Amino acid sequence: MSILQIKNLHVSVDTDQGPKQILRGVDLTIRNGETHAIMGPNGSGKSTLAYSIAGHPKYEVTEGEILLDGENVLEMSVDERARAGLFLAMQYPVEIPGVSVSNFLRTAKTAITGEAPSIRGWVKEVRESMDALRMDSAFTERNVNEGFSGGEKKRHEILQLSLLKPKFAVLDETDSGLDVDALKTVSEGVNRAKEANDLGVLLITHYTRILKYIQPDFVHVFVAGQVAEQGGPELAERLEAEGYDRYVRA
Amino acid sequence: MNEQTKTAQHGLSEHSHGAGVPIQIRSARVRSADVNDFELVTQREEQWRYLSTDRLGGLLGDLEEFTGDLGLTAPDDVTTAWVGRDNELFGKAGLPEDRISAAAWTTCDAAYLITVPSNENAQEISLKVTSADSTPSALHLIVDAKPFSNSTIVIDHNGDAVLAENIEINVGDEAQLTIVSIQDWSEDSIHTSAHFIRLGRNARIKHIVVSLGGKTVRVVPSVEYTGPGADANLLGVYFADAGQYLEHRPFIDHSEPNCKSRVTYKGALQGSKAHTVWVGDVLIRKAAEGTDTYELNRNLLLTDGARADSVPNLEIETGQIEGAGHASASGRFDDEQLFYLQARGISENEARKLVVYGFLNEIIEQIGIESVETRLAESIEAELARSTH
Repeated sequence: MSILQIKNLHVSVDTDQGPKQILRGVDLTIRNGETHAIMGPNGSGKSTLAYSIAGHPKYEVTEGEILLDGENVLEMSVDERARAGLFLAMQYPVEIPGVSVSNFLRTAKTAITGEAPSIRGWVKEVRESMDALRMDSAFTERNVNEGFSGGEKKRHEILQLSLLKPKFAVLDETDSGLDVDALKTVSEGVNRAKEANDLGVLLITHYTRILKYIQPDFVHVFVAGQVAEQGGPELAERLEAEGYDRYVRA
Repeated sequence: MNEQTKTAQHGLSEHSHGAGVPIQIRSARVRSADVNDFELVTQREEQWRYLSTDRLGGLLGDLEEFTGDLGLTAPDDVTTAWVGRDNELFGKAGLPEDRISAAAWTTCDAAYLITVPSNENAQEISLKVTSADSTPSALHLIVDAKPFSNSTIVIDHNGDAVLAENIEINVGDEAQLTIVSIQDWSEDSIHTSAHFIRLGRNARIKHIVVSLGGKTVRVVPSVEYTGPGADANLLGVYFADAGQYLEHRPFIDHSEPNCKSRVTYKGALQGSKAHTVWVGDVLIRKAAEGTDTYELNRNLLLTDGARADSVPNLEIETGQIEGAGHASASGRFDDEQLFYLQARGISENEARKLVVYGFLNEIIEQIGIESVETRLAESIEAELARSTH
């Protein structure tokens, strides 16, 4: 049993004009096996929440706490958070020139588990995960994210999710820029990781489209750095029909 | 990476030169074995403009012949000898183009000659140049790779040195040579080295410069073609630490038709006053129709306070060429790369190492000599471990 708790989280971001408050008291509790969709208009703080959980240095937590099974996540470095079981599928994964996908995956797995995976078992596992995501085997020879199409980048993020086996995954607009076939493939990858590892998922999205393929247990609507409303999957359907207008106007 | 990229194709690119430094095309430069034919070394001279004279120390005064150790490991049919100025190979591959190179030339009455016989089986040769003291000194080496020979030569410089060096490299018709020059001196050392590469018909050279240790290191490799069909691949990799000055000035002189050249240098810099300079000159003369050339320099600045100068120059005297281009870029270490790798559980140190290796990998993977690659990997690791970041 694992639990990720976000309590009264206030976060500001450094800008050229000084710090700017983005999150204004966010409360969320996610248990393993649960899928929470975070929805909201642009600029509502969805991605800030994702980066704050992962520990991006640009975001400063000014108040509140994040606990993973009672441990204070905010005291951990970025890599410690990942080793503790948190994963962020990035919206804009960066290129790492000269570092092959296979080298990167092996280095990450070794860092997470604390020991190098056995070569045979690892190669097989990587190949199976790639097959499931309909990725060509030549992909591992390419440099990390270099020249990847939008769809390839997202598949690569979900490949990491399935191989690194975190306790909780934050998916930051993983659906953006995907055509419907790629969206299905990526969603199936997330669902498999959920089943295999009883993963807790925080699914950040602007649109309801991905929720047809990844069923949320809870839906939270973010407006102006706070949760404005929450409910079950039916809330997503209402957003689909009505949009965010009524929150923004309010 | 945040990069500023400059590229140009088929044209002479203009670069800003500081006030008081005359613009000089490479082909018009003085070539002479006589030190008196050169002006005194000052930063008003184009070729010394980045290098403050106090960094050159004893190399600006009188030099003595090198008395350090030359440790050679080679197969039996590779021969070595000390040869005098009367030897036909002395000065065959080129003549000095700067005052310190000329001073070294004048100082050395004998050159250490390595002869690689015409044998198509690959020969592996290693020369360890070890200097034990910092007496300003001069060394002259000659490599004679006979026609149809096939060899790999690693010249490894280490110890405490104030050394001016000339290396003549003759690659005979149809011969293949991979030559590596490693500069891994102690931190107070001062070293300048001119490499004169002369290529025969259809000759192929892979020339690799690895500059790691030394207070001041300046390597100037120049390539001359004597027949068509030759191919020069010049690679360089360097890592400058706080207070280090590393300069590389490759020059390709395309005077023969249908020859090819590639120049690819990559460097990493970290720490206060780490300074690297790369000036890549390519000249395509009128006769050099069908030339195919490309030069590239990239620098990765790991910390504040480091400086990388990068200047590609292309002079073209004929339009009948296959291709000519250059690219130069210097970028800062990207914190987003660090974040991405750390977000996958990789520690900050390990992540830094991955990014730097990745950046230099384009060169490292082309070296093809395991001992050199391992050495380089260890050096980079040690340099990064020294990082105060």
